[in-house]
Amino acid sequence: MARAHVIETLGLTRRFGDVTAVDALDLTVERGEVVGLLGHNGAGKTTTVRLLNGVLAPSAGSARVLGFDPMHDGVALRRRCGVSTETPSVDERLSGRAGLRFFAEVFDVPPARVERRIDELLAAFDLSAAADQRVGTYSKGMRQRLTLARALLHEPELLFLDEPSSGLDPVAARAVDERIAGLRDAGTTVLLCTHNLAQAQGLCDRVVVLEHGAVVASGAPAALAAELGASIEVRVALRLEAGNDARALLADVVGVETIEAANGEASELRFAASGDDAIASAVRVLVQAGADVYAVERRQPSLEDVYFALHRGERPAARADVSQGVPA
Amino acid sequence: MNARAIRAIVVKDLSVLRHSKAVLIPLIVVPLVMLLILPALAALAPSLMNLPGASDLHALLEGMPDVMQARLAGLDDDQRIVVLMLTYLFAPMYLILPLMVASVIAADTFAGERERRTLEALIYTPTTDAELLLGKLLAGFLPALAVAWGGFVVYAVVANLAAWPTMGRVFFPTGMWFVLALWVAPAVAAVGLGATVIVSSKVSTFQEAYQIGGVVVLPIVLLVVGQAAGVVVLSTVFVAVLGAVFWAIAAVLLTYGARTFRRGELMARV
Repeated sequence: MARAHVIETLGLTRRFGDVTAVDALDLTVERGEVVGLLGHNGAGKTTTVRLLNGVLAPSAGSARVLGFDPMHDGVALRRRCGVSTETPSVDERLSGRAGLRFFAEVFDVPPARVERRIDELLAAFDLSAAADQRVGTYSKGMRQRLTLARALLHEPELLFLDEPSSGLDPVAARAVDERIAGLRDAGTTVLLCTHNLAQAQGLCDRVVVLEHGAVVASGAPAALAAELGASIEVRVALRLEAGNDARALLADVVGVETIEAANGEASELRFAASGDDAIASAVRVLVQAGADVYAVERRQPSLEDVYFALHRGERPAARADVSQGVPA
Repeated sequence: MNARAIRAIVVKDLSVLRHSKAVLIPLIVVPLVMLLILPALAALAPSLMNLPGASDLHALLEGMPDVMQARLAGLDDDQRIVVLMLTYLFAPMYLILPLMVASVIAADTFAGERERRTLEALIYTPTTDAELLLGKLLAGFLPALAVAWGGFVVYAVVANLAAWPTMGRVFFPTGMWFVLALWVAPAVAAVGLGATVIVSSKVSTFQEAYQIGGVVVLPIVLLVVGQAAGVVVLSTVFVAVLGAVFWAIAAVLLTYGARTFRRGELMARV
């Protein structure tokens, strides 16, 4: 296996009795990438994280993470990885600072650096004021931030974030996203497990969509959208001359479909376009018909569109990484 | 072995314990009763013998086997009852202390950790299964040892002070008690740890682990009853052999317990 891959799995499988949690997973993650592992509950995201950290043995297949075999070199591997668990997994009876101190010791942060590192992270995650309070008094957002701080204590090369915004209010979730964006900008490799599609779209270079433990699609969000044929959503604010029917005008424009038009003097028109050429053709037809076009707004297909397309059973032509051509 | 990580686990587990009433109350109340109240009451036994209903104590004394009668020879009746109770009858009860301390703490650090959902973060640390297990065992074993040995000293002081009017001399500890404290008490603590580790792998809460693990107190209860009934007479040799048996049981329980304490097994149950 190539040493350049931070994560590389081949046919990685984990079964629990009759249930296959991870099914022949082929996954590669390059250094510095933020890769989103998407899927609904039970899709196999958390099990994948456990397999990649050597805390759960695979039923079949193999994995290399940072050059290590997780099952045989788990201790050395975990020393270089940080994991933010889905459940905060923080001891409510300890203070935030005491909890971090414990993990700093276990992760072998140099003794002279422990307190400084803890202070840095408490400040970075806005927890300094509550550092000496028991975690039992923390809000859910504070616990989540503490979990992230814990994962970063030993400055890991590879970070696994399992639903880092789970259950957070929008403000707290945005704060967590900003922290992750900061890590991405600093070049940390991140595997982000989430079913928050907006978060994945905003943060990830690439996404891997899991269903029943198997990869159903992977690639850059935009490339996936193109692959799945998701349309651009267009909204046009216009005024049509009386007697003109927008739907009839656009009916023959190639690449325009699903037209929702409101007829009248001043109205809004919505349609799905296959590409920018189709949008230009549509606007041209409207103007030639005497319409006053005030605004044209286009919305790129989102990861959410891709996700729901996959959920409906639509699949890319081949199960390949559509952004880079890397088998996934 | 990563000594720093093991030490951190011990310190963390003990720090967590300090904030749990469910754990602290038995750790405070039971030693108080066993080390202060019971020996003080036993020292008062001679004066109680003159009260109505004291015939039970006389009957107990007279019902002791010849071996015990021989050991108590040369003492007057008051001294016989004090020595019988403080040196012999309470000896097995003293063993409940290390057993209870080890079991309560182990229930909290093994099953309790899962109940509080803090185990997962620990599993992701760069420690081996053996280091994790050793850290958690030491978190139970060291306090059990401290309570057993500290309790031995306190018990000796209280017994001698309270019984001074009757005995008029320092009569405690005996050689048998040194063996009991230094050899058997650690073994009993280890048995408690082993049993609780195994039970904790099957249950989900601290209370379940503590209650089911509590069955290991039965051999000690049998010793108490056996002595009171005159069937068993503790001696230095008997206690030394008893210690060896407990160590053997502990070795079996801990070996089996270690097999249940593996990352893969633990993670599958998180």
